[in-house]
Amino acid sequence: MSTGRGPGSMLPAAFLQSGSSSFAEFLASHDPSLLPAGRPLPSGTSVDAVHGTTIVALTFAGGVLMAGDRRATMGNIIAQKDIEKVFPADESSCIGIAGTAGLAVEMVKLFQVELEHYEKIEGAQLSVDGKANRLATLIRGNLGMAMQGLAVVPMFAGYDTETSGGRIFSFDVTGGRYEEHRHHGVGSGSMFARGALKKLWRDDLTPVEAVTVAVESLYDAADDDSATGGPDLARGILPVIAVVDIDGYRRLPEAELDPIVRAVVAARTVRPDGPTAPITG
Amino acid sequence: MSVPFYVSPEQVIKDKADYARKGIARGRSVIVMQYAGGLLFVAENRSRALHKISEIYDRIAFAAVGKYNEFENLRVAGVRLADLRGYSYDRRDVTGRSLANAYAQTLGTIFTETQKPYEVEIVVAEVGATEHDDQLYRLTFDGSVGDEYGFVAMGGSAEAITAALRERWTAGLSLEAALRLAVELLGSEQSGNGGGGGGGAGGSAASTGSTTGTAANPSGGAGAKSSASSAETRVLTPAQLEVAVLDRDRPRRKFRRIPGQRLAEILDVDDDSDDAAGDPA
Repeated sequence: MSTGRGPGSMLPAAFLQSGSSSFAEFLASHDPSLLPAGRPLPSGTSVDAVHGTTIVALTFAGGVLMAGDRRATMGNIIAQKDIEKVFPADESSCIGIAGTAGLAVEMVKLFQVELEHYEKIEGAQLSVDGKANRLATLIRGNLGMAMQGLAVVPMFAGYDTETSGGRIFSFDVTGGRYEEHRHHGVGSGSMFARGALKKLWRDDLTPVEAVTVAVESLYDAADDDSATGGPDLARGILPVIAVVDIDGYRRLPEAELDPIVRAVVAARTVRPDGPTAPITG
Repeated sequence: MSVPFYVSPEQVIKDKADYARKGIARGRSVIVMQYAGGLLFVAENRSRALHKISEIYDRIAFAAVGKYNEFENLRVAGVRLADLRGYSYDRRDVTGRSLANAYAQTLGTIFTETQKPYEVEIVVAEVGATEHDDQLYRLTFDGSVGDEYGFVAMGGSAEAITAALRERWTAGLSLEAALRLAVELLGSEQSGNGGGGGGGAGGSAASTGSTTGTAANPSGGAGAKSSASSAETRVLTPAQLEVAVLDRDRPRRKFRRIPGQRLAEILDVDDDSDDAAGDPA
């Protein structure tokens, strides 16, 4: 890092300029090399990089929940068994990532600083839509890398004080921002997880039931997608589950999550395909 | 062709310093002090939007007196510097000491190299793991830094308040006791100190336009009236106060504003502020 400040000299002009409340814009004017989008890429090459996989999110009465499996892959190799892909974005929202892990984690870090930076400078939090739009802008800056195979596909969920409920946003590599209703999933195992979510989601889920639905859907994703990891009870590696409601962001502690995961796994030994949904009604 | 008058460098520096001191003395005072659970910041400030006390980073806060636009500029620069450091290295690597150094260099350069010095005095405070690790840096308009122990007072009546604090402050005060002491001392502040009395403060504010003391207190007449009986103690109410703490026991972000309702409880007066909902920052 360069703060551009030698001994005995004042802060450079970019620090003292007024106007912008955005950390990313400040970086762009002060030290663009720190931005993912600020680095020139050699053309026509692609690299093997670690990929993160399945993230699901679903709403429940009074909040929203996001869950991610713990596997990262590089080609056919499992690169990491216990990677974390769901993070707090600020005190009332969370972000989950699929795609190139290195870039995605960097983007999450930038996004977290971006939100806190705005809050400190303006003395107020951004709206949920404002946060989602900022994230879309950050992803858009990454388009060049995405076209070379280093795509980042995040999902964002937050508690909206105006609607008193949770909201979910998905994104594409061009910076498109799409609001999702009820539930959504991203990543390689998401098509299987979304099938499970469709069958299990109801509009009167309690938070605990919502956790069960998320664990079931990740189990189904791991069942059919080799890049998604199932719960590893032998090593004690459980999915990461973040809950955002009126009290803010909370990562579900292992003590609460463990019995739910064990119950789901135990039920699968009886019915390997999981719970059935009624055909009518 | 006219030959410019020779003015000795000593005279130039002295004139600038006098100018800056006068500007600072016009505003209301701010007190920063240690209490059992961390660091307490108390300012007399009628404005709900133009803060004299702000969060810089997880463990670091900023308090200032003087010209609002100038210390606001420094505050934003500090947030940028802290966020940049935390983003490039790690959150733990952002320290009050490095921030105080950057401010000192900046204020020093502005004081010596520009026509008009900043009319500000600031405190950079960092709360540590224990009372011994707390740090208080006081920076003046010319870039001098002082490492303070226990408490700092800045602004119009800084000297009188500091003398009183030296007698009455002790280590390990409870939050309630510390707050009551600070509010009492701010209330005993002589109105319209410096700048030639209360009427003078109102008058000169009209010409400079943005001294915080007057931005917060639009009625110059009130200041003039009470300056007649300047020894009289005023009882400050929550609407006239801006109070925040760096709370040692909070996770990660230690900075927290104390809303009017809670202030009224502690000071045992009616809550006349309408910020009961609290301020997110």
